[in-house]
Amino acid sequence: MGATWDADPILDVEHLTMRFGGLTAVDDLSFVAGRNEITALIGPNGAGKTTVFNCITGFYKPSEGRLSVRHGRGDAKEGADRLARLTMSGRRHRGRGEDAVFLLERMPENEVTAKARVARTFQNIRLFAGMTVLENLLTAQHNSLMRASGFTVGGILGLPSYYRAQAQAIEFSRQWLERIDLVDRADDAAGELPYGDQRRLEIARAMCTKPVLLCLDEPAAGLNPRESAQLNTLLRSIRDDGASILLIEHDMAVVMGISDHIVVLDYGQKISDGTPEAVREDPAVIAAYLGIADDDNAVAQGATR
Amino acid sequence: MEYFLQQLINGITLGSIYGLIAIGYTMVYGIIGMINFAHGDIFMVGAFISLIVFLAIIALGITWIPLTLLLVLVIAMALTSMWGWTVERLAYRPLRESFRLAPLITAIGMSIVLQNFVQIAQGARVKPLEPIITGGYALMERDGFVVNLSNIQILIVTTTVVLMTIFSLIISKTSLGRAQRACEQDRTMAALLGVNVDRTISLTFVMGAALASVAGLMYLLYYGVIDFYIGFIAGIKAFTAAVLGGIGSLPGAMLGGLIIGLIETFWSAYFSVEYKDVAAFSILAIVLIFMPSGLLGRPEVEKV
Amino acid sequence: MATAKSTRAQQTLPAASPKFDLVGGVREAGIAALIALVLAIPLLSERTVQEAGGLVLVSRWWLAFAAAGIVFAGRLALNLLQQSGRDARDGLSAVIGRNTAWLGDTSRFLAPGMLIFAVILPIFPFSDRYIMDLSVLVLTYVMLGWGLNIVVGLAGLLDLGYVAFYAVGAYAYAIIAVHFDLSFWVCMPIAGAMAALWGIILGFPVLRLRGDYLAIVTLAFGEIIRIVLLNWTDLTNGPNGISGIPRPTFFGLEFKAIGDNTFADFFGLTYSPLQRIVFLYYVILMLALLTCVVTIRLRRLPVGRAWEALREDEIACRSLGINTTNTKLTAFAIGAMFGGIAGSFFATRQGFISPESFTFIESAIILAIVVLGGLGSQVGVAIAAVVLIGGFELFRELELYRMLIFGLAMVLIMVWRPRGLIATRTPSVVLKDRKAIGADLVGEGR
Repeated sequence: MGATWDADPILDVEHLTMRFGGLTAVDDLSFVAGRNEITALIGPNGAGKTTVFNCITGFYKPSEGRLSVRHGRGDAKEGADRLARLTMSGRRHRGRGEDAVFLLERMPENEVTAKARVARTFQNIRLFAGMTVLENLLTAQHNSLMRASGFTVGGILGLPSYYRAQAQAIEFSRQWLERIDLVDRADDAAGELPYGDQRRLEIARAMCTKPVLLCLDEPAAGLNPRESAQLNTLLRSIRDDGASILLIEHDMAVVMGISDHIVVLDYGQKISDGTPEAVREDPAVIAAYLGIADDDNAVAQGATR
Repeated sequence: MEYFLQQLINGITLGSIYGLIAIGYTMVYGIIGMINFAHGDIFMVGAFISLIVFLAIIALGITWIPLTLLLVLVIAMALTSMWGWTVERLAYRPLRESFRLAPLITAIGMSIVLQNFVQIAQGARVKPLEPIITGGYALMERDGFVVNLSNIQILIVTTTVVLMTIFSLIISKTSLGRAQRACEQDRTMAALLGVNVDRTISLTFVMGAALASVAGLMYLLYYGVIDFYIGFIAGIKAFTAAVLGGIGSLPGAMLGGLIIGLIETFWSAYFSVEYKDVAAFSILAIVLIFMPSGLLGRPEVEKV
Repeated sequence: MATAKSTRAQQTLPAASPKFDLVGGVREAGIAALIALVLAIPLLSERTVQEAGGLVLVSRWWLAFAAAGIVFAGRLALNLLQQSGRDARDGLSAVIGRNTAWLGDTSRFLAPGMLIFAVILPIFPFSDRYIMDLSVLVLTYVMLGWGLNIVVGLAGLLDLGYVAFYAVGAYAYAIIAVHFDLSFWVCMPIAGAMAALWGIILGFPVLRLRGDYLAIVTLAFGEIIRIVLLNWTDLTNGPNGISGIPRPTFFGLEFKAIGDNTFADFFGLTYSPLQRIVFLYYVILMLALLTCVVTIRLRRLPVGRAWEALREDEIACRSLGINTTNTKLTAFAIGAMFGGIAGSFFATRQGFISPESFTFIESAIILAIVVLGGLGSQVGVAIAAVVLIGGFELFRELELYRMLIFGLAMVLIMVWRPRGLIATRTPSVVLKDRKAIGADLVGEGR
């Protein structure tokens, strides 16, 4: 295939398998997410989408498979070489800046965000409800602020360099608040916001970690059509600013409207992969969603599992 | 070998007592997810009630020991249950669905109240009781060391096994048990389906207190001396046992009790009496670190 | 005893219908009295007394009936009060609740007021030796409360063994001071560092445990430390404790009646034992304020924000790249350090320490101060320490009953205000204007 995502992937999922006891939730799944693209992972309920997500973001340790992230475009061949060397070495990452490659399956979840710069949101919003909107965004800049505060020592002593860094962080947060239209509510508790605002705030918070890849778990769930359209605009603008997005979604209007690339899962396996147009026409996808022709097959698969 | 066997017997006896208390912790934790800190003191109250009832029955002239003990057991279970019920009603029910730390503080408060109430009402001195059940069997003898299985040990282990069986049947077979399990899973849903949640939780406390009073009686008979402070350390160890066995699991509580009893006995016998509690607590820490859901508990998958 | 019964019975039954219903009230009171009677029957009515031939029972039936009678009266009175009251379901608690709502609003003015009062307290004529001793005690608990507040209130980690660090600090100070003859001001930071080190050692393996498991393991650690102190006779002198711990000096000047280098001599004063106590008072006031200032600063630093975020949602924290283990460890270590410093102060004030001072009940009292004050609230914790420790002192005459009253007070205050006296949270950073955050939104940790 000559697809853009194969040419320059930011995330490469290879042979990902996740078993819980006897249950195989994800079975030998391989796909890539292209740089500077919006990739959607879709599939019926229980297809294993969130499990894939949790593996990518380090919350689950996959049973098998390699999950690699490349920060820069670079030379494809050289990138593959570096990845092979990293895989052999037993280390978690290699290289700096544009050359950096990471193996997510070897990293704990906080390093996935802090080092590999893959951020995520959650299906059931996980804001810090008792903290203000601004505090939520500052918490997301914890690691850089922590360094600026001299790992607290400088901050306790009140060094001016820390206050400068803090002012910058607040300014960065304010810019994000403007983008999601929440500047006026900066000093309100995050838990007081309406649902749609909370969704956008969670995305802004994830963006405050300055990720290269943003993973969104059903960002449109529970939004009304107007909010859903706002979300589309926000996600496009994030992509246009240079970040890549991987999202799980049920809402077909959102998925078809904004995705550059769609991967379809069913029973933990990939059944389709391609552009929105290609996926929409794929008989396997139609069968999985409507569950007509595939019923017997599904039962048989369930039995062998 | 003989020494080992003797310690094994002693450890199982002690473990049975811990197990009986641990059931109260595990049931309450299972159903409302809180450490009932006052439970150790309910055990102490049970021991005191047993002592008083025993003296009263003897004073009434009933001296046939099996009948006396049966009466003491039944009356003490009934009266101690009332204490368990009252503690839940006063200190925990008003705080249900409230801040999580609040019931923990009221539980500690209740523990202080019960200890000091008994201290005031009964005095701070230890209460010794002449051995009531004597005799036993010499199982084996070598080099002058006799392995003894005393009647009281037989009584304790038998009573524990019988009560465990009865309570397991209650939990698994009756509608009360079903209601309890329903409340453990999802209290709101259980209420929607017509389970009387308050009543179920109250009954859980009543059952726990009843078993704790049996443990209190056994403790009194086995050691022959009680004071108002026995509840604290026994309570912590029983909770340790409940956690060790897997909180929420009845067989787990029993197993945890046995393990704690054995560790304590063997540690005292082979290493040092002073550090027996350290041994028990260290085991707790080690188990929790490497096996957070305990030996028989359901492993908890972190929901993301 | 009787008071205990009646107050407990106040909550025994839910309030009745809004209409004035005397029959119902009497019936409820009757039920409450009956329960009280049943509860009182063996434990209160029969006292076991040791006699020559063994234990005998002494009947005091009147006590059980008196208890039941008091419960009846109390319950009836409460019932009538609630019925005649407006719509309030909990007449009593609503009244008190309204009257204390100001606490949260005015805490900003309250804090400076309390601070000024604390600074000038020794000047007041009523500040005799007893008052000053009591104030030193209260301030020790204020400091402990603030130290534990970092762990429980900010980071949301339930620590039931805080007294362990208090003990480590006290023993570290006592042992170093006695064996190496170093001054308080040198030993105190060492003791704090030792306690912090122990915080990390104990914290490291257990910090990934869930809330109640963490609570029970910290409790176990607290007991382990106490047992070790009790039995490691070579180092700690076992149950006899360590005595002759050096007193603190004022820049090398000692507080003594006679000697070459005394405080009184140097300043040309006549010696009074009060001088030493006032000095101790200012030392603990300073230490407590240091704890408070550092905590307030930490809250506004990334580490403090991470603590609070951890309390709100640990999984979200990790998704933001925060190393939660390190974050928890710093909370544990800093909390432990302040506990240790308070411990070294305790040792130097008493001049004598033994394992008896470091039982679980101390941990429980400190935790109660933090929870009653309101998690995370510095002013609330200070008020709670004054109320609990000062209140405890008020009942000094009733030696036997005061622990009972203390326990009851813990239950009643908690039922009345489950989130503590000051439950609102102040944001650590603002863009435009500062608004307090309601308690129902603030997380409670794991």
